[in-house]
Amino acid sequence: MDKFTTLTGIAAPMPLINIDTDMIIPKQFLKTIKRSGLGVNLFDEMRYDDDGKEIPDFVLNKDAYREAEILVAGENFGCGSSREHAPWAIKDFGIRCVIAPSFADIFYNNCFKNGILPIALPQEQVDALMKDAEKGANARMTIDLDAQTVTTSDGESFSFEVDAFKKRCLMEGLDDIGLTMEKAGSIDRFETQAEQARPWV
Amino acid sequence: MSPKTLYDKIWDAHVAHEAEDGTCLLYIDRHLVHEVTSPQAFEGLRMTGRSVRAPDKTIAVPDHNVPTTPGREDPKNMTEDSAIQVAALDKNAKEFGIHYYPVSDVRQGIVHIVGPEQGWTLPGMTVVCGDSHTATHGAFGALAHGIGTSEVEHVLATQTLIQKKSKNMKVEITGKLRPGVTAKDITLSVIGHTGTAGGTGYVIEYCGEAIRDLSMEGRMTVCNMAIEGGARAGLIAPDEKTFEYCKGRPHAPKGAQWEAAMAWWKTLYSDDDAHWDEIITIKGDEIAPVVTWGTSPEDVLPITATVPSADDFDGGKVGAAQRSLDYMGLTPGTPLSEVEIDTVFIGSCTNGRIEDLRAAAEILKGKKKKDGLRAMVVPGSGLVRAQAEEEGLADIFKEAGFEWRLAGCSMCLAMNPDQLKPGERCAATSNRNFEGRQGRGGRTHLMSPAMAAAAAITGKLTDVRELI
Repeated sequence: MDKFTTLTGIAAPMPLINIDTDMIIPKQFLKTIKRSGLGVNLFDEMRYDDDGKEIPDFVLNKDAYREAEILVAGENFGCGSSREHAPWAIKDFGIRCVIAPSFADIFYNNCFKNGILPIALPQEQVDALMKDAEKGANARMTIDLDAQTVTTSDGESFSFEVDAFKKRCLMEGLDDIGLTMEKAGSIDRFETQAEQARPWV
Repeated sequence: MSPKTLYDKIWDAHVAHEAEDGTCLLYIDRHLVHEVTSPQAFEGLRMTGRSVRAPDKTIAVPDHNVPTTPGREDPKNMTEDSAIQVAALDKNAKEFGIHYYPVSDVRQGIVHIVGPEQGWTLPGMTVVCGDSHTATHGAFGALAHGIGTSEVEHVLATQTLIQKKSKNMKVEITGKLRPGVTAKDITLSVIGHTGTAGGTGYVIEYCGEAIRDLSMEGRMTVCNMAIEGGARAGLIAPDEKTFEYCKGRPHAPKGAQWEAAMAWWKTLYSDDDAHWDEIITIKGDEIAPVVTWGTSPEDVLPITATVPSADDFDGGKVGAAQRSLDYMGLTPGTPLSEVEIDTVFIGSCTNGRIEDLRAAAEILKGKKKKDGLRAMVVPGSGLVRAQAEEEGLADIFKEAGFEWRLAGCSMCLAMNPDQLKPGERCAATSNRNFEGRQGRGGRTHLMSPAMAAAAAITGKLTDVRELI
């Protein structure tokens, strides 16, 4: 997995609540058996019209935000299905960090498995970051995962919370399956005990 | 011993390892797999030379992207991308030695209907699947939730998930339901009450007289939509109805093992003085038949209400409501019962079980769908389909003018050819009314099977109580 330590980049504002995984990557793009190549279809139905032409008003179609690496959005980002195609599409587009007042549980977990940092902050702080993002390409935000801070282009800084284990995996780019396999002895012992306690399972 | 919730009890019985910071390895008893969210996980195993740790606890079935029309056993009758995903699942199931129900098997169906039907899902288990509606299995008092593809790979390789414990929420539905009100109305009403993020960070246990009174099918409908309320999982404590449902199923324990299982299952309830982080109480007799009007499952109103205005909301919901109204093509103040529809979809893991088909057929018996309306029934599994045919339900649907399809997810997520066209409006028994969910530009109103059947007859959103 790609490491995430610090990031300075353009932030795209999407002041919309309940951005669901069907919006992020519509189901017709789930027919792939690969993880790559989904960035072009990120937010497909909001981004392109029926003829496949770009809708100029959509934020990622504006020149200022085509290179965005950060997304600032409304509450409950990533609600809906468990499709990991959503973070795959976000990552493939080039976005490495999503900031919102809250995230849906499965999407939040999926981000960490793909080198994306989801940051939950209070609404008023997200409002301030949204304003900063609206300034366009000359305003760059900085994310420092080790320090757990987001800093606006004006130098205003906000601290965020992140689970220590998830932070370590992201900073070091760890393969968590490999980490779990180091605990195979514990899993073996559990299986033996469970087999006796609940042999019908 | 300190009092525990049902969730606490199942959690404690499955912790294989706990780190100092509380991060746990939770052992997984059943891993359900389908064709859309698993190919990359199996590929990951191949690339790292890893195997499936517990193939006997891993069950695969294609459902999301399969056609629901005849002849689908032949890949030539599938779209190319469907055929590739199904062929990949065939290959992976064979290569890794996991249980498998191909489309040619009568037991094939939507993964969340097949699991309980075959007795894979049992009380007190941990169940995961790369699908958010895995919450369905919570109806058995099993801790069940959706996971992403990386986690699918993690479970395949280690039979565990890296987890931290969620908080406990109790949702109590007191008293009796009124006539015409169903499990779907309960679960939509709860989401209308909590919002789609209200359950985030929680595992919900549904309880109360109205929940106890539900059949297992109804309880699965309630738990199925726990995820639409943002919860990691929904649970209902097992009781005699649960045990009766499980008994004799192909993969349920038998003989002495059944007795041993029952002894443990009967301890699976929340202790009287257990701690709840949040409690919500809703009176069962105040729940009406409901429909959704917007593009979020929280946009729920009784069928007797009128389309709201964006001004009725606060904060970020004002803009979201206006966007929903524009997308749905609705004018504030219009009675919901005057909204005309083009399509009726009965099916999905929310409402594709035999009881759902019975409820819809009860309304449709001897009647016809409105002319010009497109209507389809997609049974949740081949076995549900066979039973509905045996009970004469299929004939009722066909005589009413419905298409009678083969089992699959179909128009719930519209990955296969069953889709809405732009602007088409659908009365659906599924679980999501998101923009584009049932097809680009398609407009979805969620409701119970009986309400969807009523809408098919009148061609409008309809209060089913007027037809019973």
